[in-house]
Amino acid sequence: MRRSRLPIWITVGAMVFFYLPIAILVVNSFNASRFGTGWQGFSLRWYAQLLHEPEIWLAARNSLLIAVGATALSVVLGTAAAFALHRFGRSRLQRFHYALVYMPLVVPEILMGISLLMAFAATGVGLGLGTIFLAHVTFCVSFVAMTVLARLQDFDDAVVEAARDLGAGWRVTFRRVVLPMIAPGIAAGALLAFTLSIDDFVITFFVAGPGSTTLPIRIYSMIKFGSPPLINALSSILLLVTFTAVILSQRISSPRR
Amino acid sequence: MKAGARKRAAEWLASGPSLLWLCLFFLVPTLLVFVLAFRPATPFGGIGAGWTLANIRRLADPAMLTVARRTLEISLATTFICLVLAVPVGYTLARISAKWRNFFLMLVIIPFWTNFLIRVFAWKTLLHPEGPIKQVLVFLGLVPSGASLLYRPEAVVLVSVYAFLPFTILPIYAAAEKFDFRLMEAARDLGARPFAAFRKVFLPGIRRGLVTAVLFVFIPALGSYIIPDIVGGPGGEMIGNKIAQRVFVDRNLPLASALSVVLILSVLAPLVAILFLQRRGEGPEIL
Repeated sequence: MRRSRLPIWITVGAMVFFYLPIAILVVNSFNASRFGTGWQGFSLRWYAQLLHEPEIWLAARNSLLIAVGATALSVVLGTAAAFALHRFGRSRLQRFHYALVYMPLVVPEILMGISLLMAFAATGVGLGLGTIFLAHVTFCVSFVAMTVLARLQDFDDAVVEAARDLGAGWRVTFRRVVLPMIAPGIAAGALLAFTLSIDDFVITFFVAGPGSTTLPIRIYSMIKFGSPPLINALSSILLLVTFTAVILSQRISSPRR
Repeated sequence: MKAGARKRAAEWLASGPSLLWLCLFFLVPTLLVFVLAFRPATPFGGIGAGWTLANIRRLADPAMLTVARRTLEISLATTFICLVLAVPVGYTLARISAKWRNFFLMLVIIPFWTNFLIRVFAWKTLLHPEGPIKQVLVFLGLVPSGASLLYRPEAVVLVSVYAFLPFTILPIYAAAEKFDFRLMEAARDLGARPFAAFRKVFLPGIRRGLVTAVLFVFIPALGSYIIPDIVGGPGGEMIGNKIAQRVFVDRNLPLASALSVVLILSVLAPLVAILFLQRRGEGPEIL
Protein backbone atom coordinates (compact mmCIF):
# COMPACT_ATOMS: atom_id res chain seq x y z
CA MET A 1 0.00 0.00 0.00
CA ARG A 2 1.28 3.46 -0.86
CA ARG A 3 1.90 5.64 2.16
CA SER A 4 2.06 9.39 2.32
CA ARG A 5 5.61 10.76 2.56
CA LEU A 6 4.44 13.86 4.42
CA PRO A 7 4.96 12.48 7.99
CA ILE A 8 8.55 11.54 7.15
CA TRP A 9 9.29 14.99 5.77
CA ILE A 10 7.80 16.61 8.86
CA THR A 11 9.96 14.35 11.05
CA VAL A 12 13.13 15.27 9.18
CA GLY A 13 12.07 18.93 9.29
CA ALA A 14 11.53 18.73 13.07
CA MET A 15 15.05 17.31 13.55
CA VAL A 16 16.54 20.15 11.47
CA PHE A 17 14.45 22.58 13.53
CA PHE A 18 15.87 21.05 16.75
CA TYR A 19 19.50 21.20 15.74
CA LEU A 20 19.89 24.13 13.35
CA PRO A 21 19.90 26.83 16.07
CA ILE A 22 22.42 24.84 18.13
CA ALA A 23 24.61 24.26 15.07
CA ILE A 24 24.62 27.95 14.15
CA LEU A 25 25.50 28.84 17.74
CA VAL A 26 28.48 26.48 17.72
CA VAL A 27 29.67 27.74 14.31
CA ASN A 28 29.39 31.34 15.50
CA SER A 29 31.53 30.59 18.55
CA PHE A 30 34.45 30.25 16.11
CA ASN A 31 33.50 33.39 14.19
CA ALA A 32 35.90 36.29 14.56
CA SER A 33 33.02 38.74 14.11
CA ARG A 34 31.87 40.44 17.28
CA PHE A 35 28.19 40.47 16.34
CA GLY A 36 27.87 37.19 14.49
CA THR A 37 26.74 38.97 11.32
CA GLY A 38 28.41 37.18 8.47
CA TRP A 39 31.55 35.07 8.63
CA GLN A 40 34.73 37.01 9.31
CA GLY A 41 37.18 34.18 9.62
CA PHE A 42 37.96 31.36 12.06
CA SER A 43 39.03 32.41 15.52
CA LEU A 44 39.48 30.95 18.99
CA ARG A 45 39.57 34.39 20.62
CA TRP A 46 36.23 33.92 22.41
CA TYR A 47 37.43 30.70 24.00
CA ALA A 48 40.64 32.40 25.04
CA GLN A 49 38.66 35.28 26.52
CA LEU A 50 36.62 32.83 28.63
CA LEU A 51 39.79 32.02 30.54
CA HIS A 52 39.93 35.63 31.70
CA GLU A 53 36.45 35.64 33.19
CA PRO A 54 36.93 34.51 36.81
CA GLU A 55 33.23 35.06 37.58
CA ILE A 56 32.25 32.29 35.17
CA TRP A 57 34.55 29.80 36.86
CA LEU A 58 33.38 30.80 40.32
CA ALA A 59 29.77 30.34 39.18
CA ALA A 60 30.64 26.96 37.66
CA ARG A 61 32.19 25.90 40.96
CA ASN A 62 29.05 26.94 42.88
CA SER A 63 26.87 25.03 40.41
CA LEU A 64 28.95 21.88 40.77
CA LEU A 65 28.95 22.06 44.57
CA ILE A 66 25.18 22.47 44.71
CA ALA A 67 24.55 19.80 42.08
CA VAL A 68 26.70 17.23 43.89
CA GLY A 69 25.11 17.99 47.28
CA ALA A 70 21.54 18.14 45.98
CA THR A 71 22.02 14.90 44.02
CA ALA A 72 23.38 13.05 47.05
CA LEU A 73 20.58 14.08 49.41
CA SER A 74 17.78 13.75 46.84
CA VAL A 75 18.94 10.24 45.87
CA VAL A 76 18.62 9.15 49.52
CA LEU A 77 15.22 10.82 50.05
CA GLY A 78 13.90 9.85 46.61
CA THR A 79 14.95 6.20 46.82
CA ALA A 80 13.38 5.81 50.26
CA ALA A 81 10.23 7.48 48.93
CA ALA A 82 10.12 5.12 45.94
CA PHE A 83 10.42 2.09 48.24
CA ALA A 84 7.61 3.34 50.45
CA LEU A 85 5.39 4.05 47.45
CA HIS A 86 6.09 0.65 45.96
CA ARG A 87 5.75 -1.39 49.16
CA PHE A 88 2.86 0.43 50.87
CA GLY A 89 1.22 2.05 47.83
CA ARG A 90 -2.32 1.10 48.84
CA SER A 91 -2.38 2.94 52.17
CA ARG A 92 -3.95 6.36 52.60
CA LEU A 93 -0.65 7.85 53.71
CA GLN A 94 1.06 6.66 50.54
CA ARG A 95 -1.67 8.08 48.32
CA PHE A 96 -1.02 11.47 49.92
CA HIS A 97 2.72 10.84 49.60
CA TYR A 98 2.33 10.04 45.90
CA ALA A 99 0.41 13.25 45.25
CA LEU A 100 3.07 15.21 47.11
CA VAL A 101 5.88 13.60 45.07
CA TYR A 102 3.96 14.00 41.80
CA MET A 103 2.91 17.66 42.12
CA PRO A 104 6.39 19.24 41.83
CA LEU A 105 6.74 17.50 38.44
CA VAL A 106 3.73 19.26 36.93
CA VAL A 107 3.81 22.63 38.67
CA PRO A 108 5.59 25.27 36.54
CA GLU A 109 9.03 26.11 37.88
CA ILE A 110 8.21 29.73 38.51
CA LEU A 111 5.56 28.73 41.06
CA MET A 112 8.02 26.61 42.98
CA GLY A 113 10.52 29.48 42.88
CA ILE A 114 8.07 32.07 44.12
CA SER A 115 6.62 29.89 46.89
CA LEU A 116 10.07 29.02 48.23
CA LEU A 117 11.04 32.68 48.10
CA MET A 118 7.90 33.54 50.12
CA ALA A 119 8.70 30.85 52.67
CA PHE A 120 12.28 32.08 53.08
CA ALA A 121 11.14 35.71 53.24
CA ALA A 122 8.43 34.93 55.82
CA THR A 123 10.79 32.99 58.08
CA GLY A 124 13.68 35.40 57.67
CA VAL A 125 16.09 32.85 56.17
CA GLY A 126 18.92 34.65 54.36
CA LEU A 127 19.16 33.85 50.63
CA GLY A 128 22.35 32.27 49.37
CA LEU A 129 23.90 28.96 48.35
CA GLY A 130 22.08 27.29 51.27
CA THR A 131 18.63 28.26 50.03
CA ILE A 132 19.57 27.23 46.47
CA PHE A 133 20.60 23.83 47.83
CA LEU A 134 17.28 23.39 49.70
CA ALA A 135 15.31 24.34 46.58
CA HIS A 136 17.27 21.98 44.32
CA VAL A 137 16.83 19.02 46.66
CA THR A 138 13.08 19.73 46.66
CA PHE A 139 12.59 19.38 42.91
CA CYS A 140 15.19 16.63 42.50
CA VAL A 141 13.50 14.33 45.07
CA SER A 142 10.43 13.91 42.87
CA PHE A 143 12.42 13.07 39.74
CA VAL A 144 14.58 10.53 41.59
CA ALA A 145 11.54 8.95 43.30
CA MET A 146 9.67 8.55 39.98
CA THR A 147 12.70 7.10 38.18
CA VAL A 148 13.42 4.56 40.93
CA LEU A 149 9.71 3.74 41.30
CA ALA A 150 9.51 2.93 37.56
CA ARG A 151 12.37 0.48 38.04
CA LEU A 152 10.78 -1.07 41.14
CA GLN A 153 7.54 -1.66 39.29
CA ASP A 154 9.37 -3.83 36.73
CA PHE A 155 10.83 -5.77 39.60
CA ASP A 156 9.53 -9.24 40.43
CA ASP A 157 8.78 -9.47 44.17
CA ALA A 158 8.96 -13.26 43.94
CA VAL A 159 12.76 -12.94 43.71
CA VAL A 160 12.83 -11.36 47.16
CA GLU A 161 10.60 -14.10 48.56
CA ALA A 162 12.85 -16.72 46.97
CA ALA A 163 15.91 -15.20 48.63
CA ARG A 164 14.09 -15.15 51.97
CA ASP A 165 12.94 -18.76 51.55
CA LEU A 166 16.50 -19.80 50.84
CA GLY A 167 17.49 -18.42 54.22
CA ALA A 168 18.84 -14.94 53.42
CA GLY A 169 18.23 -12.31 56.10
CA TRP A 170 16.68 -8.95 55.25
CA ARG A 171 20.03 -7.24 55.14
CA VAL A 172 21.60 -9.79 52.81
CA THR A 173 18.49 -9.86 50.60
CA PHE A 174 18.63 -6.10 50.29
CA ARG A 175 22.32 -5.92 49.53
CA ARG A 176 22.64 -8.95 47.27
CA VAL A 177 19.26 -9.03 45.53
CA VAL A 178 17.33 -5.77 45.72
CA LEU A 179 20.15 -3.25 45.41
CA PRO A 180 21.80 -4.74 42.28
CA MET A 181 18.41 -4.86 40.56
CA ILE A 182 17.45 -1.28 41.25
CA ALA A 183 20.97 0.18 40.95
CA PRO A 184 20.43 1.25 37.30
CA GLY A 185 17.25 3.08 38.38
CA ILE A 186 19.11 4.89 41.16
CA ALA A 187 21.95 5.75 38.77
CA ALA A 188 19.49 7.11 36.19
CA GLY A 189 17.73 9.13 38.92
CA ALA A 190 21.04 10.53 40.14
CA LEU A 191 22.07 11.51 36.62
CA LEU A 192 18.71 13.21 36.09
CA ALA A 193 18.94 15.05 39.42
CA PHE A 194 22.46 16.22 38.67
CA THR A 195 21.51 17.52 35.22
CA LEU A 196 18.37 19.25 36.48
CA SER A 197 20.28 20.88 39.32
CA ILE A 198 23.16 22.10 37.19
CA ASP A 199 20.78 23.45 34.49
CA ASP A 200 18.16 25.05 36.68
CA PHE A 201 17.69 28.75 36.22
CA VAL A 202 14.16 29.83 37.18
CA ILE A 203 13.90 28.40 40.70
CA THR A 204 17.51 29.30 41.46
CA PHE A 205 16.95 32.88 40.28
CA PHE A 206 14.19 33.36 42.87
CA VAL A 207 16.06 31.90 45.84
CA ALA A 208 19.59 33.12 45.06
CA GLY A 209 20.99 35.91 47.17
CA PRO A 210 23.61 38.48 46.21
CA GLY A 211 26.95 36.78 45.71
CA SER A 212 25.51 33.28 45.24
CA THR A 213 25.78 33.05 41.48
CA THR A 214 25.39 29.72 39.72
CA LEU A 215 26.40 29.05 36.11
CA PRO A 216 22.87 29.42 34.64
CA ILE A 217 22.44 32.72 36.53
CA ARG A 218 25.78 33.90 35.14
CA ILE A 219 24.72 32.85 31.63
CA TYR A 220 21.44 34.71 32.07
CA SER A 221 23.15 37.95 33.03
CA MET A 222 25.53 37.49 30.08
CA ILE A 223 22.53 37.07 27.77
CA LYS A 224 21.01 40.23 29.19
CA PHE A 225 24.12 42.41 29.38
CA GLY A 226 27.12 40.57 27.99
CA SER A 227 28.70 39.93 24.62
CA PRO A 228 27.05 37.26 22.44
CA PRO A 229 30.22 35.56 21.09
CA LEU A 230 31.40 34.86 24.63
CA ILE A 231 28.09 33.13 25.41
CA ASN A 232 28.42 31.16 22.16
CA ALA A 233 31.83 29.89 23.26
CA LEU A 234 30.65 29.02 26.78
CA SER A 235 27.50 27.35 25.40
CA SER A 236 29.54 25.26 22.95
CA ILE A 237 31.70 23.95 25.78
CA LEU A 238 28.58 23.07 27.83
CA LEU A 239 26.97 21.40 24.81
CA LEU A 240 30.09 19.30 24.28
CA VAL A 241 30.00 18.20 27.94
CA THR A 242 26.29 17.33 27.69
CA PHE A 243 26.62 15.38 24.44
CA THR A 244 29.54 13.40 25.83
CA ALA A 245 27.59 12.63 29.02
CA VAL A 246 24.47 11.53 27.11
CA ILE A 247 26.44 9.29 24.75
CA LEU A 248 28.44 7.77 27.62
CA SER A 249 25.30 7.08 29.66
CA GLN A 250 23.68 5.46 26.61
CA ARG A 251 26.76 3.24 26.17
CA ILE A 252 26.68 2.24 29.82
CA SER A 253 22.95 1.58 30.10
CA SER A 254 22.29 -0.14 26.75
CA PRO A 255 22.84 -3.89 26.72
CA ARG A 256 25.87 -5.16 24.83
CA ARG A 257 25.26 -6.76 21.50
CA MET B 1 -1.06 -7.09 65.66
CA LYS B 2 2.65 -6.82 66.37
CA ALA B 3 3.44 -7.43 62.69
CA GLY B 4 1.01 -4.66 61.77
CA ALA B 5 2.71 -2.22 64.12
CA ARG B 6 6.10 -3.13 62.69
CA LYS B 7 4.80 -2.65 59.16
CA ARG B 8 3.51 0.81 60.04
CA ALA B 9 6.85 1.71 61.60
CA ALA B 10 8.64 0.58 58.43
CA GLU B 11 6.23 2.62 56.30
CA TRP B 12 6.88 5.77 58.34
CA LEU B 13 10.61 5.16 58.35
CA ALA B 14 10.74 4.89 54.55
CA SER B 15 8.32 7.69 53.68
CA GLY B 16 8.87 10.02 56.64
CA PRO B 17 11.96 11.86 55.32
CA SER B 18 10.52 12.71 51.90
CA LEU B 19 7.08 13.49 53.35
CA LEU B 20 8.62 15.89 55.83
CA TRP B 21 10.88 17.49 53.22
CA LEU B 22 8.13 17.99 50.64
CA CYS B 23 5.67 19.30 53.23
CA LEU B 24 8.24 21.76 54.52
CA PHE B 25 9.60 22.96 51.17
CA PHE B 26 6.71 22.38 48.77
CA LEU B 27 3.29 22.10 50.40
CA VAL B 28 3.65 24.74 53.12
CA PRO B 29 5.32 27.32 50.80
CA THR B 30 2.55 26.80 48.22
CA LEU B 31 -0.15 27.32 50.85
CA LEU B 32 1.77 30.35 52.10
CA VAL B 33 1.39 31.94 48.65
CA PHE B 34 -2.40 31.75 49.08
CA VAL B 35 -2.14 33.41 52.51
CA LEU B 36 0.24 36.18 51.42
CA ALA B 37 -2.06 37.12 48.53
CA PHE B 38 -4.37 38.60 51.18
CA ARG B 39 -1.68 40.53 53.06
CA PRO B 40 -0.86 44.19 52.44
CA ALA B 41 2.57 45.17 51.09
CA THR B 42 4.80 47.51 53.08
CA PRO B 43 6.60 50.37 51.27
CA PHE B 44 9.96 48.72 51.96
CA GLY B 45 9.19 45.49 50.12
CA GLY B 46 8.04 43.56 53.17
CA ILE B 47 4.80 41.89 54.12
CA GLY B 48 2.45 43.98 56.31
CA ALA B 49 0.14 42.90 59.12
CA GLY B 50 -3.63 42.51 58.76
CA TRP B 51 -5.69 41.40 55.78
CA THR B 52 -6.67 43.09 52.51
CA LEU B 53 -8.37 42.42 49.19
CA ALA B 54 -6.31 45.11 47.43
CA ASN B 55 -4.00 42.60 45.69
CA ILE B 56 -6.91 40.60 44.35
CA ARG B 57 -8.59 43.79 43.11
CA ARG B 58 -5.45 44.82 41.24
CA LEU B 59 -5.65 41.60 39.24
CA ALA B 60 -8.67 43.02 37.45
CA ASP B 61 -6.89 46.04 36.05
CA PRO B 62 -6.84 46.22 32.24
CA ALA B 63 -3.07 45.81 31.88
CA MET B 64 -3.21 42.56 33.89
CA LEU B 65 -6.15 41.26 31.89
CA THR B 66 -4.24 41.89 28.65
CA VAL B 67 -1.31 39.87 29.97
CA ALA B 68 -3.61 37.08 31.16
CA ARG B 69 -5.26 36.89 27.74
CA ARG B 70 -1.90 36.93 25.96
CA THR B 71 -0.61 34.14 28.24
CA LEU B 72 -3.60 31.99 27.34
CA GLU B 73 -3.31 32.76 23.61
CA ILE B 74 0.43 32.04 23.45
CA SER B 75 -0.03 28.78 25.41
CA LEU B 76 -2.91 27.62 23.22
CA ALA B 77 -1.08 28.47 19.99
CA THR B 78 2.07 26.68 21.22
CA THR B 79 0.07 23.60 22.23
CA PHE B 80 -1.75 23.48 18.89
CA ILE B 81 1.41 23.84 16.76
CA CYS B 82 3.29 21.28 18.90
CA LEU B 83 0.48 18.74 18.41
CA VAL B 84 0.27 19.33 14.66
CA LEU B 85 4.02 18.67 14.36
CA ALA B 86 4.30 15.92 16.99
CA VAL B 87 1.55 13.65 15.60
CA PRO B 88 3.28 13.02 12.23
CA VAL B 89 6.64 12.67 14.01
CA GLY B 90 5.23 10.16 16.52
CA TYR B 91 3.52 8.31 13.67
CA THR B 92 6.77 8.12 11.69
CA LEU B 93 8.80 7.00 14.72
CA ALA B 94 6.34 4.15 15.34
CA ARG B 95 6.55 2.95 11.75
CA ILE B 96 10.21 3.20 10.73
CA SER B 97 12.84 0.52 11.29
CA ALA B 98 14.25 0.05 14.81
CA LYS B 99 17.65 1.39 13.81
CA TRP B 100 16.29 4.71 12.51
CA ARG B 101 13.80 4.90 15.37
CA ASN B 102 16.56 4.73 18.01
CA PHE B 103 18.56 7.32 16.13
CA PHE B 104 15.62 9.73 15.90
CA LEU B 105 14.58 9.11 19.53
CA MET B 106 18.08 9.98 20.63
CA LEU B 107 17.84 13.20 18.62
CA VAL B 108 14.53 14.02 20.32
CA ILE B 109 15.89 13.31 23.81
CA ILE B 110 19.25 15.16 23.60
CA PRO B 111 17.71 18.68 23.70
CA PHE B 112 16.08 17.66 27.00
CA TRP B 113 19.56 17.33 28.52
CA THR B 114 20.96 20.55 27.09
CA ASN B 115 20.70 23.82 28.95
CA PHE B 116 17.39 25.58 28.40
CA LEU B 117 18.87 29.09 28.53
CA ILE B 118 21.35 28.24 25.81
CA ARG B 119 18.64 26.97 23.50
CA VAL B 120 16.55 30.10 24.00
CA PHE B 121 19.62 32.29 23.53
CA ALA B 122 20.39 30.54 20.22
CA TRP B 123 17.03 31.80 18.94
CA LYS B 124 17.73 35.32 20.12
CA THR B 125 20.75 35.37 17.79
CA LEU B 126 18.82 33.74 14.94
CA LEU B 127 15.94 36.23 15.15
CA HIS B 128 18.21 39.24 15.66
CA PRO B 129 17.68 42.11 13.16
CA GLU B 130 21.02 41.24 11.55
CA GLY B 131 20.57 37.50 12.07
CA PRO B 132 20.27 34.94 9.24
CA ILE B 133 16.50 34.41 9.34
CA LYS B 134 15.70 38.09 8.97
CA GLN B 135 18.16 38.39 6.06
CA VAL B 136 16.58 35.42 4.25
CA LEU B 137 13.04 36.73 4.80
CA VAL B 138 13.95 40.24 3.62
CA PHE B 139 15.75 38.77 0.58
CA LEU B 140 12.63 36.76 -0.29
CA GLY B 141 10.56 39.91 0.15
CA LEU B 142 8.43 38.30 2.87
CA VAL B 143 9.08 41.00 5.49
CA PRO B 144 9.99 44.67 5.11
CA SER B 145 13.58 45.45 6.09
CA GLY B 146 12.38 47.55 9.03
CA ALA B 147 10.34 44.76 10.63
CA SER B 148 11.47 43.09 13.86
CA LEU B 149 11.27 39.32 14.33
CA LEU B 150 12.23 39.57 17.99
CA TYR B 151 10.22 41.02 20.88
CA ARG B 152 6.73 40.04 19.77
CA PRO B 153 4.26 37.31 20.81
CA GLU B 154 4.93 35.29 17.63
CA ALA B 155 8.59 34.97 18.62
CA VAL B 156 7.50 33.60 22.01
CA VAL B 157 5.28 31.00 20.30
CA LEU B 158 8.07 29.96 17.91
CA VAL B 159 10.65 29.46 20.68
CA SER B 160 8.08 27.77 22.95
CA VAL B 161 7.32 25.26 20.18
CA TYR B 162 11.06 24.68 19.86
CA ALA B 163 11.42 24.14 23.62
CA PHE B 164 8.34 21.98 24.24
CA LEU B 165 8.12 19.90 21.05
CA PRO B 166 10.23 17.00 22.47
CA PHE B 167 7.81 16.74 25.41
CA THR B 168 4.93 16.37 22.96
CA ILE B 169 6.65 13.90 20.64
CA LEU B 170 7.54 11.39 23.38
CA PRO B 171 4.02 10.63 24.76
CA ILE B 172 2.55 10.57 21.25
CA TYR B 173 5.25 8.18 20.08
CA ALA B 174 4.65 6.00 23.17
CA ALA B 175 0.95 5.77 22.28
CA ALA B 176 1.59 5.28 18.54
CA GLU B 177 4.01 2.44 19.28
CA LYS B 178 1.18 0.50 20.98
CA PHE B 179 -1.27 1.28 18.18
CA ASP B 180 -2.22 -1.62 15.93
CA PHE B 181 -1.53 -0.30 12.43
CA ARG B 182 -3.51 -3.17 10.86
CA LEU B 183 -6.58 -1.17 11.89
CA MET B 184 -5.56 1.54 9.44
CA GLU B 185 -5.01 -1.01 6.69
CA ALA B 186 -8.45 -2.41 7.42
CA ALA B 187 -9.92 1.09 7.13
CA ARG B 188 -8.14 1.57 3.80
CA ASP B 189 -9.38 -1.82 2.54
CA LEU B 190 -12.89 -0.76 3.44
CA GLY B 191 -12.48 2.28 1.21
CA ALA B 192 -11.31 5.05 3.55
CA ARG B 193 -9.01 7.64 1.99
CA PRO B 194 -5.54 7.84 3.62
CA PHE B 195 -6.30 11.05 5.50
CA ALA B 196 -9.71 9.78 6.66
CA ALA B 197 -8.06 6.60 8.01
CA PHE B 198 -5.49 8.75 9.80
CA ARG B 199 -8.10 11.06 11.31
CA LYS B 200 -10.80 8.55 12.19
CA VAL B 201 -8.73 5.51 13.16
CA PHE B 202 -5.21 6.58 14.13
CA LEU B 203 -6.00 9.76 16.09
CA PRO B 204 -8.71 8.19 18.27
CA GLY B 205 -6.37 5.23 18.81
CA ILE B 206 -3.67 7.41 20.34
CA ARG B 207 -5.96 9.77 22.28
CA ARG B 208 -4.37 9.03 25.64
CA GLY B 209 -0.99 10.03 24.24
CA LEU B 210 -2.58 13.19 22.81
CA VAL B 211 -4.04 14.21 26.18
CA THR B 212 -0.72 13.62 27.96
CA ALA B 213 1.08 15.62 25.26
CA VAL B 214 -1.35 18.52 25.69
CA LEU B 215 -0.66 18.60 29.44
CA PHE B 216 3.11 18.38 28.93
CA VAL B 217 3.11 21.48 26.76
CA PHE B 218 0.15 23.56 27.94
CA ILE B 219 1.05 23.59 31.66
CA PRO B 220 4.71 24.62 31.29
CA ALA B 221 3.71 27.11 28.58
CA LEU B 222 1.29 28.83 30.99
CA GLY B 223 4.13 29.23 33.48
CA SER B 224 6.73 30.34 30.91
CA TYR B 225 9.17 32.91 32.13
CA ILE B 226 12.56 32.64 30.39
CA ILE B 227 11.26 32.50 26.82
CA PRO B 228 9.09 35.66 26.94
CA ASP B 229 11.79 37.36 29.03
CA ILE B 230 14.49 36.77 26.39
CA VAL B 231 12.62 36.92 23.07
CA GLY B 232 9.25 38.46 23.99
CA GLY B 233 9.96 42.06 24.94
CA PRO B 234 7.22 44.20 26.53
CA GLY B 235 4.73 43.18 23.81
CA GLY B 236 5.26 39.48 24.48
CA GLU B 237 5.08 39.46 28.27
CA MET B 238 3.28 36.62 30.01
CA ILE B 239 2.02 36.17 33.56
CA GLY B 240 5.38 34.67 34.63
CA ASN B 241 7.11 37.93 33.69
CA LYS B 242 4.61 39.90 35.76
CA ILE B 243 5.28 37.71 38.78
CA ALA B 244 9.04 38.14 38.38
CA GLN B 245 8.69 41.93 37.97
CA ARG B 246 6.71 42.18 41.21
CA VAL B 247 9.55 40.32 42.93
CA PHE B 248 12.63 41.85 41.31
CA VAL B 249 11.49 45.29 40.08
CA ASP B 250 9.10 46.71 42.65
CA ARG B 251 9.45 44.12 45.43
CA ASN B 252 5.73 43.68 46.05
CA LEU B 253 5.59 40.12 47.37
CA PRO B 254 1.85 40.13 48.22
CA LEU B 255 0.93 41.18 44.66
CA ALA B 256 3.36 38.57 43.29
CA SER B 257 1.51 36.03 45.46
CA ALA B 258 -1.88 37.11 44.12
CA LEU B 259 -0.61 36.66 40.53
CA SER B 260 0.83 33.26 41.46
CA VAL B 261 -2.54 32.17 42.83
CA VAL B 262 -4.06 32.92 39.40
CA LEU B 263 -1.33 30.82 37.76
CA ILE B 264 -1.72 27.95 40.25
CA LEU B 265 -5.48 27.84 39.67
CA SER B 266 -5.11 27.92 35.88
CA VAL B 267 -2.60 25.07 36.03
CA LEU B 268 -4.88 23.04 38.31
CA ALA B 269 -7.89 23.46 36.01
CA PRO B 270 -6.61 21.23 33.15
CA LEU B 271 -5.25 18.71 35.69
CA VAL B 272 -8.61 18.40 37.42
CA ALA B 273 -10.28 18.04 34.02
CA ILE B 274 -7.93 15.15 33.20
CA LEU B 275 -8.59 13.48 36.54
CA PHE B 276 -12.29 13.75 35.86
CA LEU B 277 -11.84 12.16 32.40
CA GLN B 278 -9.71 9.46 33.98
CA ARG B 279 -12.52 8.53 36.34
CA ARG B 280 -14.54 7.87 33.22
CA GLY B 281 -11.70 5.80 31.81
CA GLU B 282 -10.86 8.24 29.02
CA GLY B 283 -7.76 10.14 30.09
CA PRO B 284 -4.10 9.13 30.27
CA GLU B 285 -2.77 7.20 33.22
CA ILE B 286 -0.83 9.97 34.83
CA LEU B 287 -1.90 9.71 38.43
